[in-house]
Amino acid sequence: MSSGLALISIFVLAVFVGFEVVSKVSSTLHTPLMSGANAIHGVILVGAIIVASHSDNTLQLTLSLLAIVLATINMVGGFVVTDRMLEMFKPKKAPAPSDTSDGVK
Amino acid sequence: MSRDLYDLIGLVAAICFILALKGLSHPKSARRGNLIGAAGATIATLVVFFYGDSLPLKNLPLILGAIVLGLIIGVPAARKVQLTQMPQLVALFNGVGGGAAALVAIVEYLKLGEEAAKGGGAIGAAVLIATIFTVVVGTTSFTGSIITFLKLQELMTTRPVIFPGGRFIIAGNLVAILVCSGWVYSAADTTSVLVLMALSAIFGVLFVLPVGGADVPIVISLLNAFTGLTVAASGYVLEATLLIVAGTLVGASGTILTRLMAEAMGRSLFGTLFGAFTATATTVGEADARPVKSGSAEDVAILLNYARRVVIVPGFGLAVAQAQHTVRELADLMSAKGIDVAYGIHPVAGRMPGHMNVLLAEANVPYDQLVEMDEINPTFPQTDVSIIIGANDVVNPAAKTTPGCPIYGMPILDVQQSGNIIFLKRSMRPGFAGIENELLYDPKTTLLFGDAKASLTKVVSALKAL
Repeated sequence: MSSGLALISIFVLAVFVGFEVVSKVSSTLHTPLMSGANAIHGVILVGAIIVASHSDNTLQLTLSLLAIVLATINMVGGFVVTDRMLEMFKPKKAPAPSDTSDGVK
Repeated sequence: MSRDLYDLIGLVAAICFILALKGLSHPKSARRGNLIGAAGATIATLVVFFYGDSLPLKNLPLILGAIVLGLIIGVPAARKVQLTQMPQLVALFNGVGGGAAALVAIVEYLKLGEEAAKGGGAIGAAVLIATIFTVVVGTTSFTGSIITFLKLQELMTTRPVIFPGGRFIIAGNLVAILVCSGWVYSAADTTSVLVLMALSAIFGVLFVLPVGGADVPIVISLLNAFTGLTVAASGYVLEATLLIVAGTLVGASGTILTRLMAEAMGRSLFGTLFGAFTATATTVGEADARPVKSGSAEDVAILLNYARRVVIVPGFGLAVAQAQHTVRELADLMSAKGIDVAYGIHPVAGRMPGHMNVLLAEANVPYDQLVEMDEINPTFPQTDVSIIIGANDVVNPAAKTTPGCPIYGMPILDVQQSGNIIFLKRSMRPGFAGIENELLYDPKTTLLFGDAKASLTKVVSALKAL
């Protein structure tokens, strides 16, 4: 199988997994789910790091560093804000709101 | 690190993302799901520093600096944001993700162009198409998300913006994007790709402007799915399997989620998206000077005191006033008096699906009091009083009675069947969708004007005094 075809196979299989995995969701979770999925596409950070490490002129480097900044905001901010939304769903024991916990590293 | 090991770790991260989406679909596992996703993203990011032809990576200090800058901007924004403003922050995060994907594609395209010029070999057609797709859709998602942000933040009008000949401008814009794509495909130079980016940026704006109030969350969800697909396309260009899997997962699940959200609002996805092509300036109900019955906090307290069953319908006004704790106090007080209290939760009350659940959960309102629309609607005829706090469109009977109005067809909470209706409102201003609400003029309706928190506080003390 050529590498292009392998990548397309992965794409098609991932489409089906993506459809399956969220087929039934209560409307309560629509927003956190959207926010979580939003954070996941922040892995474009990996792509941004790869192109930045290959850049050999100023234009390419500037654009790829900008991409890194934006992707980091997307990824880390996304997971933190999702965690804050979901914090509200945790089982209640003490009435005092606990300290905001950190979602990512 | 060998390519095999790198790909294996990438596979672990991909599995984390699948488990994350799975977890986020169920209330009990949602928080854990998000943490698994974050772990996957962290693994994926760390491992890329240890893979390459020459280690350490070229430009390493600059790369680390850019990441730190992103953290400095992103983390405080996410941690400090008010609950009411989370939806627009998500929109913004989605937009910058789309922008990042577009930039990655452009840099890779420039690089491939250089290599092709040096080596003589042309760039593969599939890679070019994936690049063009990423630039167009990523940039559209970027500017489109910024417009949704401005709408939700109310920095611009929340009404649909429709201008004469809009559909022709959008169609022309699309044709220009297609032509320019052909240019990028054949020329492989910097100018062409920058022009394509500019045209796509304009398209993003034109695409979102005609979307009105209540449909904005659906568009955010759709743009989120778009961004996912651009990440997948970047993954194809970079031959990075993980990006393909992660991006496609988000694209596919985001599409399903968008459809679910549209269904919850009784909207057709097609109608929401192509509103720009079909919309005519809708007549907004004229704000006439018909009499309304406004009451004092004491009047409201008396109504409540003698009720057997009360349904509280929260809306965006509750979130704005941060009155979730006060409303719980009122509910507890009524329960203590033996009144049967429930919250009627419309799936899209607030600015986002689930907004009210999140808000009330923060005030530790018991789950079993939060009743979804389908379950609460049959109980309204047995309900003595419905209190509508800062909500409007989700109880507006125009959704059933006025074909052609922007919310027509959206399921609503049937509060008009209850014995008495109390509206807590800031003013007579119509709701987010900008439609007059006939219910305000109903003889059963009492209005209590003012900030929701202040009004509720007054009602609580009046009720205590009874």
